[in-house]
Amino acid sequence: MLQTVLDANPAGETINARDTTLAAYRFMLRARVLDDKFAALYRAGKIHGGVFLGRGQEALSAAVGVSLKKTDVFAPLIRDAAGRLAFGETVLDAIRTYFGSSLGPMRGRDGNVHRGRPQEGYLPMISHLGAMISVVNGALFARRMKGISGTVGATCLGDGATSTGAFHEALNQAAVEKLPLVLILADNQYAYSTPTSRQFVCDDLADKAVGYGVEASSVDGTDLAACLKIAGNAVARARSGHGPQLVVAKLLRLCGHGEHDDSNYIDPKLKNSPLGRDCLKVAEEFLLRQQWTDTGTLATWRGEIVTEIEEAVAQVRREPAPDPYDEKWLAISSKHLSEMHEE
Amino acid sequence: MSITYLEAIREAQAHALRDDPRVFIYGQDVGAFGGAFKATKNLQKEFPGRVLDSPISEDAMVGMAVGAAIEGMRPIIEMQFADFSIVGFNQIVNQAATLFWRTNVPCPITVRLPFGGTEGGGPFHSQSIEAIYAHYPGLVVLTPATVEDAYSMLLEAVAIDDPVIFCEHKFLYYHLKAEKLPSEALPIGKARIAREGRDLTVVAYSAMVHEALVAAEELSAEGWEIEVVDLRSVKPLDTDTVIASVARTGRLLCVGEAWPWGGVTAEVIARVASEGFGLLDVPPQRLNAKDTPVPYHPNLWMAHRPTARAVAAAARKILRR
Ligand SMILES: Cc1ncc(C[n+]2csc(CCOP(=O)(O)OP(=O)(O)O)c2C)c(N)n1
Ligand SMILES: [Mg+2]
Repeated sequence: MLQTVLDANPAGETINARDTTLAAYRFMLRARVLDDKFAALYRAGKIHGGVFLGRGQEALSAAVGVSLKKTDVFAPLIRDAAGRLAFGETVLDAIRTYFGSSLGPMRGRDGNVHRGRPQEGYLPMISHLGAMISVVNGALFARRMKGISGTVGATCLGDGATSTGAFHEALNQAAVEKLPLVLILADNQYAYSTPTSRQFVCDDLADKAVGYGVEASSVDGTDLAACLKIAGNAVARARSGHGPQLVVAKLLRLCGHGEHDDSNYIDPKLKNSPLGRDCLKVAEEFLLRQQWTDTGTLATWRGEIVTEIEEAVAQVRREPAPDPYDEKWLAISSKHLSEMHEE
Repeated sequence: MSITYLEAIREAQAHALRDDPRVFIYGQDVGAFGGAFKATKNLQKEFPGRVLDSPISEDAMVGMAVGAAIEGMRPIIEMQFADFSIVGFNQIVNQAATLFWRTNVPCPITVRLPFGGTEGGGPFHSQSIEAIYAHYPGLVVLTPATVEDAYSMLLEAVAIDDPVIFCEHKFLYYHLKAEKLPSEALPIGKARIAREGRDLTVVAYSAMVHEALVAAEELSAEGWEIEVVDLRSVKPLDTDTVIASVARTGRLLCVGEAWPWGGVTAEVIARVASEGFGLLDVPPQRLNAKDTPVPYHPNLWMAHRPTARAVAAAARKILRR
């Protein structure tokens, strides 16, 4: 994989920048097409509950995903379709979870963005914002205790979630334990309808790191090349023992909070500002300018991805829904301690 | 005119804001946006400076309400989902709930919890957590089942001097409609006979009242007359009305959407068993959600929560004994 190329050869930046950027772009594109498909299925009434997209955040998310190794720990959040794919999630896992397929990793018990494979270091988010950070800390702490070195744990968060106590407790905890945590903060200007002015008053969320003695960096979240550099650097510094890293990316959520939300509260000035650029287009223009690809290839990739996702959706839609009669209604693993008695 | 359960909640808040300058509303997205469910729609415009967006800080939201209450205000806190109120749990149960008992200074805050299951809600947007709040001394826990009660009980919640956990069921928000808002209401702490009958008492609250009523209708076709008691408030719990009903029917089924362990249904049965044992012709029964988190897929969710069908099936078992 590309990550290994990067790791093995940190000096050979220019050769590998091309491959890494192209790979990250393809994850972005797959995430965008997948998200668009979920949005269409939602509008057609085919999805139970909400649909939450990462439109406008793919560059940041993909950059995190490609900067990690398969053996790292990753706890993505709602807008991380790209990072999930880059970390190794299959589109089938994503689609099965949205449909609640019994063959998916969550078996219809949990849905949409609440998915993961904890046995593979891919942690399944709960809804409660800020709650995953300390869990990543715990995974890193355990690996250290077990004598496993070189692991990094990354997790993602929004601007709004920095107002939770959980965020502050966990960032401080990571600092105290000097854990290789990479905390990616997508400052997308809104938390649901609430603008950042009602959430915090510091100039830059990176300022939060100072009080905890944590290293921080800020980046233009619409710029894939910049995100790759900053995320790669943060992961490398965490891996080499410099403690927790806070990465703050500025961008704009280019969709509703969920697909139920028309987001008419978003300030048009922001949409027309550099923050409102579509990172996917920016990345395409960059790749073309670098002559790392051409428009024909971009179109071919998109076509291939659309086919891949359409086929996967068609497959999942034929799969069995969970059957309540087959379901094990048991929430603890120690069967002998269960009080459940089936009626 | 027809008004939904959700609109009744909005109207009650508008009424409270209009009538009492001490009232203000604080919660995530409650301002210009009008709240995740639109329960505060247009209120910020109508009452400038008194309907405020909070940061995503449930602990601090409740803590601030307690401080304001000490200063004589009557804050209404909207939790975006009941499930997230757990992040503010410490302030609710250790701060708000103990204040009056420790200091003789009351704590008139209202915490609104949009709760209960909906299709596709999943484990973190579906919880029914009235029992854990009811467990703590010092809290009043309300569970309105009708549009009228949603309105009048919310007004009373704001008016009373104690911290109130106001559990409003998301499933009822849009489904339930009434012709008009009530001008009078039963006081908090009184249960209501939602349907009269002589063969079996079904005690329910919130959305489960409606499942029980549908089940009662189904069973009436089989010749059974089911009495449905709507608790309205789970704390205080109107044991008298329940026992009076059991005295008429001799049979009891308690239905709750929450998990079974240590819940409201267990409390009702414990009270009836200890205070009205001799009134029971057969052992009292209860029906709750299954003892697992709330599942996402509708197939699982429908089996997880008590439905009218499940209530009817449980009732038949009791009636045949
Ligand atoms: C503790 C907690 N409170 C409230 C919510 C409800 N909620 C879900 S997403 C959201 C907004 C999150 O905003 P932000 O952190 O900026 O992330 P974004 O959606 O912008 O990516 C809120 C309030 C929650 N999930 N958890
Ligand atoms: Mg945000």
